[in-house]
Amino acid sequence: MTHTDPHPHEQPADGTSPAPAPGTPERAATAPEPAAGGLDARLVVDRSGFRLDVTLKAAPGEVVALLGPNGAGKTTALRALAGLTPLTDGHLHLDGTALEHTPPEARPVGVVFQDYLLFPHLSALDNVAFGPRCQGVGKAEARARAAAWLDRMGLAGHAATKPRRLSGGQAQRVALARALATRPRLLLLDEPLAALDARTRLEVRAGLRRHLAEFEAVSVLVTHDPLDAMVLADRLVVVEHGRVVQQGTPADIARHPRTDYIARLVGLNLYRGRAAGHTVRLDAGPAVTTTEELSGPAFVAFPPSAVTLFRDRPSGVSARNLWRCEVTGLETHGDRIRADLTGDLPLAADLTTVAAAELDLRPGTPVWATVKAAQTHAYPA
Amino acid sequence: MTRSARRTRRLLRLAGAGAAAVLALTACSSSSDSSDAPDTGTPGSSGASASPKLSGTVTVFAAASLKESFTTLGKEFEHRHPGTKVSFNFSGSDTLAASITGGAPADVFAAASPRTMKTVTDAGDASGAPVTFVRNQLEIATRPGNPAKVSSLKDLTKSGLKVVLCDKTVPCGAAARKALDAAGIELTPVSYEQDVKSALNKVELDEADAAIVYKTDVKAAQGKVRGVEFPESAGAVNDYPIAALKNGRNTEAAQAFIALVRSADGQKVLGEAGFLKP
Amino acid sequence: MTSLDKPGAAAGPRPGRPRRRRAGAGGRRGVPLPLLLPGLLALAFLLLPLLALLLRAPWRALPRQLGSTEVWQALQLSLISATAATAVSLVLGVPLAWLLARTEFPGRGLVRALVTLPLVLPPVVGGVALLLALGRNGVVGQWLDAWFGITLPFTTTGVVIAEAFVAMPFLVISVEGTLRAADPRYEEAATTLGASRFTAFRRVTLPLIAPGIAAGAVLAWARALGEFGATITFAGNFPGRTQTMPLSVYLALQNDPEAAIALSLVLLTVSIAVLAALRDRWMTTP
Repeated sequence: MTHTDPHPHEQPADGTSPAPAPGTPERAATAPEPAAGGLDARLVVDRSGFRLDVTLKAAPGEVVALLGPNGAGKTTALRALAGLTPLTDGHLHLDGTALEHTPPEARPVGVVFQDYLLFPHLSALDNVAFGPRCQGVGKAEARARAAAWLDRMGLAGHAATKPRRLSGGQAQRVALARALATRPRLLLLDEPLAALDARTRLEVRAGLRRHLAEFEAVSVLVTHDPLDAMVLADRLVVVEHGRVVQQGTPADIARHPRTDYIARLVGLNLYRGRAAGHTVRLDAGPAVTTTEELSGPAFVAFPPSAVTLFRDRPSGVSARNLWRCEVTGLETHGDRIRADLTGDLPLAADLTTVAAAELDLRPGTPVWATVKAAQTHAYPA
Repeated sequence: MTRSARRTRRLLRLAGAGAAAVLALTACSSSSDSSDAPDTGTPGSSGASASPKLSGTVTVFAAASLKESFTTLGKEFEHRHPGTKVSFNFSGSDTLAASITGGAPADVFAAASPRTMKTVTDAGDASGAPVTFVRNQLEIATRPGNPAKVSSLKDLTKSGLKVVLCDKTVPCGAAARKALDAAGIELTPVSYEQDVKSALNKVELDEADAAIVYKTDVKAAQGKVRGVEFPESAGAVNDYPIAALKNGRNTEAAQAFIALVRSADGQKVLGEAGFLKP
Repeated sequence: MTSLDKPGAAAGPRPGRPRRRRAGAGGRRGVPLPLLLPGLLALAFLLLPLLALLLRAPWRALPRQLGSTEVWQALQLSLISATAATAVSLVLGVPLAWLLARTEFPGRGLVRALVTLPLVLPPVVGGVALLLALGRNGVVGQWLDAWFGITLPFTTTGVVIAEAFVAMPFLVISVEGTLRAADPRYEEAATTLGASRFTAFRRVTLPLIAPGIAAGAVLAWARALGEFGATITFAGNFPGRTQTMPLSVYLALQNDPEAAIALSLVLLTVSIAVLAALRDRWMTTP
């Protein structure tokens, strides 16, 4: 909700293909076959009252984002990959080697922790040199390597700086350099941008994207921020309640959300129903007319910007996709107003400030909402 | 039961009288209660009828070596004078002397050396001149069976033998030093113990092979150590003086207790503990 | 609330004013009286006996007292043995604190309680216990004697052992508390960088908890320096070998209280000097 990406809003315009393709041309959407290289894992972790059961596969060079709400089990999955949380069941193969019984210090895995966990008593340089030192590299050599990494991160001038004197963005880059300096075959990033303020986040995100693109092995990042996930990752794996609910390219997921959580993330109104021809009868009650022709269980999605609101029942509009609603809440969303509606169909609508003022909207105001069939998007459930 | 009830009653009486009064509780017995003629009568006969007016607590500070015999005498005193209670504080004589000169409320002081008693009399804390009531002689204490085969003072200098002495600041140490000096024996102990019981303990625990302690201490150890007499001890016999104290609150009872200690009965109990007559 | 305000209100027309004025009089802004008064009382309570010691000190006799070599011998021995005991406590106590804070094992609560036992035990009893364990005829001591010819009582090593026995719990408790408060994820971060658990402890945890260790070490040192009961019971009292300052003070107290006060002053002065110096060096938060 908080992050509306313009991206999904464009989707309905070209979302005309009758059957949504499972893959999209620009990026490999399906998980790669388990090969000698890359990651092939099934992570099962049982804890009191919670079970994580997630299958993850990734090719070398690929960036996978584990996306999900808080408490979905993303961080547990990451810890299991790092060896910090033991697996109850499943397997973990990296480049063909079984790692499930390997202690964390012996795994070729680098981790960038959410709050970085830079060792406060060591300089930036010594933080980065820590990994190579532990791997048996001599002090001078380790420092030289660390210096090279800092240089690559644009932090050559901060080698002697203690972590507490680094800015958030610098600390993030030192943490990344520290993880990469061990030459891992699997790079794990836990909410890599969450600790940053909005402005820094923009810069760091771009830098991180570049570094991840250069990284030749598998990267798995955990985030609850769809924008981070979509910018940084080649493929998203959406985890809810300890299970994978959807995976695919960012574009695919943005266009075809399959859970309310994802729909909210990508800023779409999403409904589930049963399709017959151009009509989807929703589980929630009313029917939605669509341009796609489908039959059987289906999802219908449309962006809030596709909704038009009227105070009085519009006379010139056909009765299709016209619902009587009531405003429950209003909030500013950039230069637009987001109205939350209940009634025939619960939905979110975006309108300009001017329109909102003309309609004199306030909580409790009865309104009529319409959506053009061309702006809805239906796909099999 | 009754004692605690009595104490409670006394406590209640004292409640609110301030910290000083509470501090003095152990020695408490208002002097007006027993202001009649002091009981200086010869003990030994049935003292209960001789001193019917004695009551309250008499606090006795006594050298640690007197613990066994004085405890017995205290019970005897309470028996002879119903309504009285003898409260003891057994410790090193010097510690006791320091407490007394520091103002501790005691009625009687029985020291293990004239020197410690002197600190009390010098401070003007004694009422009347102290009298010697027993004497104590030194003995060598060894493990039961005397595995180190110690038979004389000279034997203590055998190499490899671990001997403990009392520190020269406490009476048994001063006496031992005197005996050793008189015999012209140079003895390096492994430790100068803080008091005679600690010295004895070291032998009992087999940490030391021998210690120079008092005869009474060997006796009190009841077979856990073996005493070896040595002739030089005659030159270092220790006098035990006793005196009533100015700070005392129960003068009559104090005098009565001292009298009991010096009586034939008292001397018998002390003699059984290994003390010599003065 | 209102009823509580009433007594203050009686002083002036407005309930708020007198209180505010009183707070201002308390020196620094915002020091509440319920904290200030007991705090000052506590300070006075702790300092009063020391003040009395100073007031009654035999200043004129002091130079003579301090001239004796025994005093310096005892002081030197005290400083050496307390420092050695602290070192022993550090080497053994920090790992124990780590085990208690970072590992799970059955009966850990009991073990933690047992660790604090020497704090509760009267030191003299501790000394006897040490004799029974490590003495010439002790449970372990008899083997030390038989196999290696080592006897600990009546030796300076014995002094160190007695002091460490009494002082180590202070260090363990202090360090364990610091470890519990420290973020264990730093250790995790270190292991993901290839550090074994021990390396992580040595290179990351140890520097992180250094202030806690320093505080614990100072506590242990101070406790060891003042140790009397366990030392005299286990190690005995022999000038230059096992007679530390507290023993010297105690024995001086037997027949020369003035000397005892003088010795106490020396011990106090030296310990205050050492603690103040350490505080500046170790405990200043960066």
